[in-house]
Amino acid sequence: MLLIACPNCGPRAQAEFTFERPLASIVTPTETLPDLIHKLFTRENPRGPSWELWRHTYGCAGWLKVHRDTHNHQISAALPVDMETPS
Amino acid sequence: MSGPMRLADGGLIDRSRAVSFVFDGQTYQGYAGDSLASALLANGVVLFGRSFKYHRPRGVMAAGIEEPSALVQAGSGGRYEPNSRATDVFIYDGLQSQSQNRWPSLSFDLGGLNSLISPFIPAGFYYKTFFGGPKLWLLYEHLIRQMAGLGMPPTKADADIYEHRAAFCDVLVVGSGPAGLAAALSASAAGSRVILAEQDERLGGSLLTDPATIDGQASDQWIAKAREALIAAGGRILTRTTAAGYYDHDLVNLVQRLTEPGQTPGADGLAQRLWRVRAGKVILATGAFERPRLFEGNDLPGVMLSGAVRTYLRRYGVRAGSRAVITTDNDDAYRTALALAEAGASIAAILDSRPADGVHSALVQKAMAQLPVHFGAKLIAAKGSAKGLKGASALIDGKVTALDCDLIAVSGGFSPVVHLHMQAGGTLAWDELSGSFSPDQTRQNQTTVGAAAGANGLSATLLSGWSKASTKAKAKAAPTCASDDDVALNIIADWEPAPQASLKKAFVDYQNDVTAADLDLAWREGYRSVEHLKRYTTLGMATDQGKTSNLVGLARLAKSEGRPVPSVGLTTFRPPYTPVTLGVLAAEATGAHLDPRRRPVLYQTHAAEQPIWQPVGYWHRPRAYPMGTENLHQAAHRESLTVRTKVGVTDVSTLGKFDVSGPDAATFLQLICATTVGKLAVGRGRYTIMLREDGMVMDDGTVWRTEENRFLLTSSTGGADRMAAHLSYVRKVIAPQLKVAVANVQEHWAAVAVAGPLAKDVVAALLPQMAVPRHMSLDVGELAGVPTLTLAASYSGERAFEIYAPSDQIAPVWAAIAKAAREIGGCLYGLEALEILRIEKGHIVVGGEIDGRASPHDLGLSKMLRPAGGYIGHTALQRPAFAQPGRLQMVGFEAVDGSAIPEGSMVLTAPKTLPVGHVTAAGLNVIKGGSIALGFLRDGFSRTGESLIAWSPTRNQTAKVKVTTPVFYDVAGVQYRD
Repeated sequence: MLLIACPNCGPRAQAEFTFERPLASIVTPTETLPDLIHKLFTRENPRGPSWELWRHTYGCAGWLKVHRDTHNHQISAALPVDMETPS
Repeated sequence: MSGPMRLADGGLIDRSRAVSFVFDGQTYQGYAGDSLASALLANGVVLFGRSFKYHRPRGVMAAGIEEPSALVQAGSGGRYEPNSRATDVFIYDGLQSQSQNRWPSLSFDLGGLNSLISPFIPAGFYYKTFFGGPKLWLLYEHLIRQMAGLGMPPTKADADIYEHRAAFCDVLVVGSGPAGLAAALSASAAGSRVILAEQDERLGGSLLTDPATIDGQASDQWIAKAREALIAAGGRILTRTTAAGYYDHDLVNLVQRLTEPGQTPGADGLAQRLWRVRAGKVILATGAFERPRLFEGNDLPGVMLSGAVRTYLRRYGVRAGSRAVITTDNDDAYRTALALAEAGASIAAILDSRPADGVHSALVQKAMAQLPVHFGAKLIAAKGSAKGLKGASALIDGKVTALDCDLIAVSGGFSPVVHLHMQAGGTLAWDELSGSFSPDQTRQNQTTVGAAAGANGLSATLLSGWSKASTKAKAKAAPTCASDDDVALNIIADWEPAPQASLKKAFVDYQNDVTAADLDLAWREGYRSVEHLKRYTTLGMATDQGKTSNLVGLARLAKSEGRPVPSVGLTTFRPPYTPVTLGVLAAEATGAHLDPRRRPVLYQTHAAEQPIWQPVGYWHRPRAYPMGTENLHQAAHRESLTVRTKVGVTDVSTLGKFDVSGPDAATFLQLICATTVGKLAVGRGRYTIMLREDGMVMDDGTVWRTEENRFLLTSSTGGADRMAAHLSYVRKVIAPQLKVAVANVQEHWAAVAVAGPLAKDVVAALLPQMAVPRHMSLDVGELAGVPTLTLAASYSGERAFEIYAPSDQIAPVWAAIAKAAREIGGCLYGLEALEILRIEKGHIVVGGEIDGRASPHDLGLSKMLRPAGGYIGHTALQRPAFAQPGRLQMVGFEAVDGSAIPEGSMVLTAPKTLPVGHVTAAGLNVIKGGSIALGFLRDGFSRTGESLIAWSPTRNQTAKVKVTTPVFYDVAGVQYRD
């Protein structure tokens, strides 16, 4: 079980969180149809570091951007959702 | 003395406390501190069970949790546990234990005939033999299940209590042998909070078998002082506690046994506890397993691992034989030979596979001086039966030599216990000389110490534990041992059996009856990958997961391949390390505690009416309020009829409710809702649907404008939590620029629905201060002294109102409305009537028609969609698939043959054809009678009037149906209007 450092609550067990989706798959209301189809149905499945959207559902209920390595589960960052994603 | 094999003194057993226990119906005596295996061995028992496939007689091979053969079932009824290792059960008064996989009895076992036909059941025989179609396979399977297998599964519910506990520490040490204790002391001295877990009931590990002098004191004293020091420093010591799994980010599951298998727990009823430990650092001091060797009959009772022989002798005071043969590739077995000799056994031979010209350690030289040691020698075969050994043959100086013995002590070297290291994502390094894998790279914050890390000798073991546990540890402060106790292993791994040995009886995996010949056969048949080999031969499967067999099997495969061992690969190490009972994983989450039970605020009020309850998500709501002898259907029909003709009252408090406010509230709701909501006048409401971003309908509800910048949004009961998450997602992630606040007020407001032709009269009488609101309008008032909000909305199809009040004040409101309704012939109605009424009106519901696969078009709701778009799901609705023919579209079905349309049935054009649709909800025509249903039909919108068949194979019911539009009552929609 992962340990995720919520920016509001500190390090908490994964059981308190919900995985939402990779950041790259967020669909905006103005998305074109081909982009929407790509984001929903033909997503990348990266092996390695990936930015993801999580929610601290059973904690502060805040949304987080989590930088997780899908290969070894290393988490290098967990930021509030409204913070700029480092490139 | 408890049995003929028990020594007069010695051992870590309490000879003042006799313990009486039962094995296979016979009562035996042992001592407190005995394992079941040691107590039975002391009593001269050599036969512990029958093997998995060939029903060969098996004794006990090991002294620890790696035991593959001596499996027993313990206890009975709700405290029955199969497949316990006799070496891992500590006896207690009243222990009831039985051997497994034998019929009719252990000593006379008919399955032993399998042994005679073993040439015909080689590796992969399941795949080769049982052809002939499914019916024959059922017969074979029945026979196989009778003849093969391990313990019987329990038949009664578990009678015990289990619990979970979370714990945190700076350093978790797994294993309390010399390395583990040194590590715990070192970490503790450096100021770390320490948890020490030991699977045995005693601390000490190998020191329990080989007492030593450490820091100038006897090891039992050193252990006792270490315990005191750790506790004094605030550490936690957990004995009888197994680290079962190592998970991500240094989470380790510890399973603590508070009772032995089959034992009745203490007053608190607690049998086991699962600790979920999040550690800053994990130190694995898990020791090493001794390996068996390949020779004919290496599985017979009386053949034991060398270290186990010594453990029984030293720890339990049990001498497992009187005339022993030792076969070894290392120095450690010499300690066993000398210990046996010291205890009065004779040593027939020490067969050392290492060459004679090596440098002999002091220990070997000591043995050579008094015992028959043969170098370059190998065991060919053990001879014996279920009654024990009757000698052996060996290859000594190139000649086949017969040996007289009743005990064979085997040491094929040592394999570090790397299971947890591997579960944590580590890698291994191979040492060819000792033939062992030890930990190399680690991925998590863990380190392995002692024998588990390949440390050789007690001094190196202590130093490794001490210095790796803390960066502050100084090597010169490490515990040290007397030089006599520092025995190096000097392993020269030799996997090759004597050429004279028949490999058909040379077992690699004892628990699964896999022989060296089976592995060779599998290789000849083309199984090159170790993962394939495992599945084909069952090598390394079952409850011991190959703890003693894996490396022997790998080495055999490597030899066939002509490749080094590491290049043939390893199978995956998965949790749990040893079998874990499901009870401790579930702990409190069983029965009524599996899920929370949410009770609506009026729960007690309903309970007084003795309704039939129905779970809806976590909620428990009244399904119907039967009167007299009514059953569910009679009650629900009466209730629906009352709503259609007079008035009914129902509790709708559990609906999802969201207060949406702020200058951008309307804009926000335009994103959420696929209908036009932004132009609502204050005081008005609308039915609405919410779509997922893929265009499918997610939920439905109503939206009400209570103020210019404030809305009340409702959703389904079951979808309320999902809707709350969706609203939060849109507000925080999709449209954070909007100035809007969303409050989940599901449980702040309770609500009572009043429906029926007389509903207006009830509202007018109870809320005289306001005008009765028009359909889809709202107004505030006061009822029974409670402020209320009245929404005029209809779900049943009748004129209806939902009267909202603060949850903690709803009781008088409910009471007043129920009383007023009953006085004019009305009644309470539950979910079943609600369902009947909505089916008749063709209203969709989450989980029924809103099934995640239906678009608004499929549900016939296209006209409701906001033409300008701009709502979530709008773009996806442009996908071409939505416009293609063949989609399942929502229709109604009407039974035409007088039978009831079966719930959940499939819809066919003719018998034995593929289904063209399905029924989502079946109900009845409340006033006219007759069976009706809602459902989906391929291209259903254009098939009205068609005759079809609704067929439920599971209920074995059929109804002839006619396709209709999905509205069966008041098609013109006049009943619910003003």
